[in-house]
Amino acid sequence: MSAKAQSLLWIAQRASAALLALCVIVHLVTIIYAVQGGLSAAEIFGRTRGNVAWFVFYSIFVLGVAVHAPIGLRSVFIEWLGWRGRSRDAALVAFAALLAWMGMRAVFAVFA
Amino acid sequence: MSALAVEVWRGGAQGAFQSFEVPRHPSQTVLDVVTYIQRSLDATLAYRFACRVGMCGSCAMSVNGVPRWTCRTHVDKVARENKLVIGPLRNLPVIRDLVTDMRGFFDKWARAKGSFAGTKTKRDDFARVAPDSADRRKVDAGIECIGCGVCYSACDVVAWNPDYLGPAALNRAWTLVKDERDVVKHERLRAVAGDAGCHACHTHMSCTERCPMGLAPTAAISGLKRAVLGSVLKGEL
Ligand code: SF4
Ligand code: SF4
Ligand code: FES
Repeated sequence: MSAKAQSLLWIAQRASAALLALCVIVHLVTIIYAVQGGLSAAEIFGRTRGNVAWFVFYSIFVLGVAVHAPIGLRSVFIEWLGWRGRSRDAALVAFAALLAWMGMRAVFAVFA
Repeated sequence: MSALAVEVWRGGAQGAFQSFEVPRHPSQTVLDVVTYIQRSLDATLAYRFACRVGMCGSCAMSVNGVPRWTCRTHVDKVARENKLVIGPLRNLPVIRDLVTDMRGFFDKWARAKGSFAGTKTKRDDFARVAPDSADRRKVDAGIECIGCGVCYSACDVVAWNPDYLGPAALNRAWTLVKDERDVVKHERLRAVAGDAGCHACHTHMSCTERCPMGLAPTAAISGLKRAVLGSVLKGEL
């Protein structure tokens, strides 16, 4: 992998970190605000079903995680396992896909 | 004054600590202790030093687990209950006793493009660099490196990722990136970007904590990360 590609990964990780910091704050503030006085499953669905703004926000959140976590894991693999090369990159792409799939599945379940 | 109990590493990668008793003196340095052992107790002890005044960078050792320049480290400051454990620097192959093989360390300076590349010849006039310009100040902050390897030995990322160029080589590269006379900036940024370069640094700051010259390789490395970012965004990398 070229120095440029490695630098781009670093930039993607920093950018997604900034995005995630924002998402986590919005997420926490929203749930603390929403849960005041108790909340039922039906009430949650009432707010999230068909709510496009909600859908977009959590899709971005999930995709941010799918970008951020595998890049961090890549450093862990290098430093702790000395794992480099194609097999490592394939494993990381699979991990990113798994995160995106699980996350989006959950988002769709609450949206649709 | 009382005696000092000193454990000194003997051997190469395989070896063991050997115990010595060394008389205490006022203002005694760790290098004085090692020299006393070599001159008066065991002439076969291998260690390295040259200037004894903190300029040459050849006397670094691990003292009670911490990398230090031994010629300017006072025993008073580091001895715990009159005990010293002295070993070779970490992260470098041990040749014998307290002497490490520094080649890997300096080869990485070369890999980080740590040598100046200008265009002027001796027939040209001197370059005039304003001492108070922002770039010149950044160079000043990192230029006094004595190449002792203390930071390299203190860095955990070097221990985990043997390809990592390490704080001293990256600090050197940064002083050249900020040198307005230098003409190979893109190549240098390419050489210090990525998994073996500045992006591997975790900002632990052990290097900055330990550098005997009070330099801050961590800040230099952050500077390189910003410079690489700028160069990627401009499509120059
Ligand atoms: S700041 Fe970076 S170079 Fe310095 S010790 Fe930490 S990881 Fe190593
Ligand atoms: S940066 Fe400091 S600790 Fe590292 S080699 Fe230079 S003088 Fe020694
Ligand atoms: S002997 Fe030169 S720096 Fe210590």
